[in-house]
Amino acid sequence: MNQFIIFVQKEFKHIFRDRRTLFILLGIPIVQILLFGFALTNEVKNSQLVILDSDKSETTKAIADKMIASDYFDFTGSIAEGAEMEPTFKAGKADMILVFPANFEQQLFQSNKATIQLITDASDPNLANTLVNYASAIIGDYQQEMLEGKSLPYKIETRTRMLYNPQLKGAFNFVPGVMAMVLMLICAMMTSISIVREKENGNMEVLLVSPLKPFTLIFAKSIPYLLLSILNLTSILLLSVFLLDLPIRGSIILLYAVSILFIMTALSLGLMISNVADSQMTAMFIALIGLLLPTIMLSGFMFPIENMPLPLRALSNIVPSKWYYSIIKSVMIKGLGFFSIWKESLILLGMTMFFLIISWRKFNIRLA
Amino acid sequence: MEENTVIKVKNLTKQFGAFTAVDGISFEVKKGEIFGFLGANGAGKTTAMRMLTGLSYPTAGEATIAGFDIYRDTEKIKQEIGYMSQKFSLYEDLTVGENIRFYGGIYGLSDELLETRTEAILKNLELENERKTLVASLPLGWKQKLAFSVAVLHRPQIVFLDEPTGGVDPITRRKFWELIYQSAEEGITIFVTTHYMDEAEYCDRVSIMVDGRIDALDTPAQLKVQLDAVDMDEVFLKLARKATRADG
Repeated sequence: MNQFIIFVQKEFKHIFRDRRTLFILLGIPIVQILLFGFALTNEVKNSQLVILDSDKSETTKAIADKMIASDYFDFTGSIAEGAEMEPTFKAGKADMILVFPANFEQQLFQSNKATIQLITDASDPNLANTLVNYASAIIGDYQQEMLEGKSLPYKIETRTRMLYNPQLKGAFNFVPGVMAMVLMLICAMMTSISIVREKENGNMEVLLVSPLKPFTLIFAKSIPYLLLSILNLTSILLLSVFLLDLPIRGSIILLYAVSILFIMTALSLGLMISNVADSQMTAMFIALIGLLLPTIMLSGFMFPIENMPLPLRALSNIVPSKWYYSIIKSVMIKGLGFFSIWKESLILLGMTMFFLIISWRKFNIRLA
Repeated sequence: MEENTVIKVKNLTKQFGAFTAVDGISFEVKKGEIFGFLGANGAGKTTAMRMLTGLSYPTAGEATIAGFDIYRDTEKIKQEIGYMSQKFSLYEDLTVGENIRFYGGIYGLSDELLETRTEAILKNLELENERKTLVASLPLGWKQKLAFSVAVLHRPQIVFLDEPTGGVDPITRRKFWELIYQSAEEGITIFVTTHYMDEAEYCDRVSIMVDGRIDALDTPAQLKVQLDAVDMDEVFLKLARKATRADG
């Protein structure tokens, strides 16, 4: 036990004395959350909205106000006639023009049917599409409010509900992804590098000749990174809740429990890498290409797995991050309990055992 | 077995597939002796040393270290031996004091004992003022002396040195060897591999490995007589020339 404590102390000294690496380790999650949260977002905010209101009624004013009140649109001006539209777009003053035809209100109340025109600059098709969706949703909302309490038996309406994420926030997707990425990176890569460093510097042989048990060595190596990962997990969750307004709907204890399970998986992968790699550089490349890349590509957080060809879909099943990502989404965003994620958790546990057994056997063979 | 024989090796063999790295070597080392283990690159000396230190299992043969069998008593052997590799194996980002403390702790020394020995080492190496200095900023010669002192920190019966003085000049090597003599006088057996023939002259007895076998084993003076050589350099060359195995 004493050996163990002394070893863990030594590991912490290595980590704390290497200020630059420590800074990167603690900074990675923060930078990634900020980057994904504010820079790499596919949400569109504050687009320029120009209004052409030929009706100038109570209803059109109410709809326009509702649009302007949303985060997505900023009112940048009104125009009086259709001919002004083209120059407004060309001058870059509008992303979308909202056109109310004359007699809009009258038509709405007499025939229950009126048309609003949404004109967008589709030179950026994704942006145009997104804006139209936002605007339709807002108008739909307004219609909903108007109809409240009244029943119109023959009216067919389409209702779309975006479950769990009504605002279509990107954060719901990337926060679990960033968690998987950061934990994988820190645990697997840093543990393998720190074990391989002992090999590279010749310390490993001395330690193996000493009465120190290999188990103590490996266990002591992983403890600091386990703690560091929990710290990072906490900072990600704090940032998500307080900066990105992301709710944690499920149990926090469950969230931490499954995360620690995933950290174990990552640590066992790190151990496996350290068995294969002879230099820190090799360990880093194996971790980056073998672990980080699949986490980004095949966990479902950047690209939906459902759309992939069968071989890739099959391949994604052996990527631990995929299971963790799905667990986190269930617990954090859908608020589901353990009974909905036990299958995924069992898979992660199985993978961890598998990696540990392989590493252990390799470790012994290496000694022979 | 004689009372004061600490290493006893009989027909020790290591095969990697069809390749016989160590081919049935036998020798004995007495307590307090400085035993030089020489051989060209690829002659098998590192493999032999790895078997004696428990890093590698022999294919055949017998050996006892400090009276313990290398197959059955590996854990007991570990307490009785010290090891210093060619990479001197200290942590560069830890201080002199922290390195001593770490290795002492690994061998289970008590804090009290550790403190006494740390002071003794620092005094002996004239490093009293460098206790809080990072090892990275010490000159190579000092690192090697410190690494040796750390390897014998737990007072092992035998210390294995794998090319301990690589990369330093003969004067620094000489100073390192003064430390070795000091330990030998205290009864610690020294088992050392080296490339430097000036070091071979410092040993009590020298074995020279060629192609996995021990071709010569005697005192440096006797070897020179046997092979009609003026110095160890010539002894080594005359024996190593017979090697058929490629360098590597």
